[in-house]
Amino acid sequence: MSDELYQEKIVALAKAKTGAGKLAAPTRSARRDNPLCGDRVVIDVTLDGQGRITGIGHQVRGCLLCQASASALASLAVGKDAAGIADIRHDAERAIGREQGAAAEPYAAFAPVAAHKSRQECVLLPLEALKDALA
Amino acid sequence: MSFDVAGVRRQFPILSEIIDGKPVHYLDNGASAQTPLAVIDAVRKYETTSRANVLRGVHRLAERATEAYENARAEVAAFLGVKPMEIVFTGGCTAAINLVAYSYGQLLKAGDRILLSELEHHSNIVPWQLLRQRSGIEIDMIPVTTDGRIDLGKLPGLLTPRTKLISLAHISNVTGALLDVKAVVAAAKGVGAKVMIDGAQRAPHGPLDLPELGVDFYVFAGHKAYGPNGIGVLWAKPELLDAMPPFHGGGSMIGRVTFAETTWAPAPRRFEAGTPPIGPAIGLGAACAWMRGLDWTAAHDHEMGLVQRLMDGLQKIDGTQILGPASLQNRYPVVSFMLDGVHPHDVAQTLDSFGVAVRAGHHCAQPLMDRFDLDGTTRVSMAPYNDTSDIDALLAGVAHAAKTLR
Ligand SMILES: Cc1ncc(COP(=O)(O)O)c(C=O)c1O
Repeated sequence: MSDELYQEKIVALAKAKTGAGKLAAPTRSARRDNPLCGDRVVIDVTLDGQGRITGIGHQVRGCLLCQASASALASLAVGKDAAGIADIRHDAERAIGREQGAAAEPYAAFAPVAAHKSRQECVLLPLEALKDALA
Repeated sequence: MSFDVAGVRRQFPILSEIIDGKPVHYLDNGASAQTPLAVIDAVRKYETTSRANVLRGVHRLAERATEAYENARAEVAAFLGVKPMEIVFTGGCTAAINLVAYSYGQLLKAGDRILLSELEHHSNIVPWQLLRQRSGIEIDMIPVTTDGRIDLGKLPGLLTPRTKLISLAHISNVTGALLDVKAVVAAAKGVGAKVMIDGAQRAPHGPLDLPELGVDFYVFAGHKAYGPNGIGVLWAKPELLDAMPPFHGGGSMIGRVTFAETTWAPAPRRFEAGTPPIGPAIGLGAACAWMRGLDWTAAHDHEMGLVQRLMDGLQKIDGTQILGPASLQNRYPVVSFMLDGVHPHDVAQTLDSFGVAVRAGHHCAQPLMDRFDLDGTTRVSMAPYNDTSDIDALLAGVAHAAKTLR
């Protein structure tokens, strides 16, 4: 049931707003829209010479799940390159039941979304935007 | 006489279901309404006693099917106050608008203008954009007032001698505002424009008198009017139907086919190529008969009482705002609101855990969302079978979302 969907961990992630906002001088930016629900994410990153993330900012016009996911992602992203972000994506997919295995924190918090197919894209949208920014 | 809502509810089997331990508080009628036993029985009767194709066979099942199909056309016509042969069955409301955009659109020339409004459903925007691509017509737009009504004060300035058609929603599927159709018809006459009304949200609230409204085209969807899916209606003045070329080609819509030339059947057949959705049409006929049997003065008062209860309740929850008319005048029971700091999808998801079904998002009206710089709204849309327990469950859910999600 959805009361469990909005369990405290997810609400706390969204409220933490880790990495929320624009970066002043991003190396790359990307925007992703979900045409079904109208959610929109813009991700800015700064990168070092090896393509590792040194700074990240996100602007989310979307639901709580999308905001929480952007927050979780920002808390993990610094120091990671595209391969490292792909690993985080697997974690997110495990959390929402699309891949086998247990997810690590903070994405483990998204486990209740496994039972809500129509909301899974909300969790993945920030990861899609970041993938585009790194591509 | 007060309205017997319990009696109405008993006719809708789904309303007494318990799903995952929760009752069904169905407030998403603007997307699809529920269906009464009268409709379910009519469709079942066709499938079990009369199933055959229509207008093709001489055997008795075909005769029965044809009779039931044509009776359904007559029921729909009676519901709209028009003649059966002016009713075209389509696959839905969207399909009906596309039919007009294609067939009536064939009669238009580059530079002719079509006038829409800022609050139209995408299905009353995109078919005209496709026509614009095909034939170079122009599209104009009537803006919306701050309380979510089509701003008819702007209408005279937007009409030109090249305006051939004005196509507007009878009731907004987002704000619930009722259009003053007669004012539009009067203004259209001044420039010789036709008027099409998208009645998707109006048909579910009782019979109409189209000749009295004075419109040229009227469309609606069966599934929003307590009927089955896959059926919709186009009504048009007979002289317009006569002038319009076909949309789809195939069986039933022809006079005579040779490889050199084919002649068209008269309306409505001309616009019903191929085997129609027979069962759904019969179901819609039953839905129209069911609606004609209801006391809509009492039903409307009942629905608007629920709107008042909803508005009063929302006002007590901090940070709620209604998108649409605040007064109950010239409005119908479709209410959109925003809850400060909580995304509409999160409101709707929370409501689901209270057993309350609503719609959240842009409601296929993105230009209207842009007008108010909104990502979306939460929409409560009612039917005569809704009661105070539905509204109270919804208000409890919104209060819970306000408390826990921000
Ligand atoms: C005002 C309005 N017009 C048109 C439609 C399209 O109806 P359908 O999707 O049944 O064809 C809708 C449905 O949401 C509507 O609300």
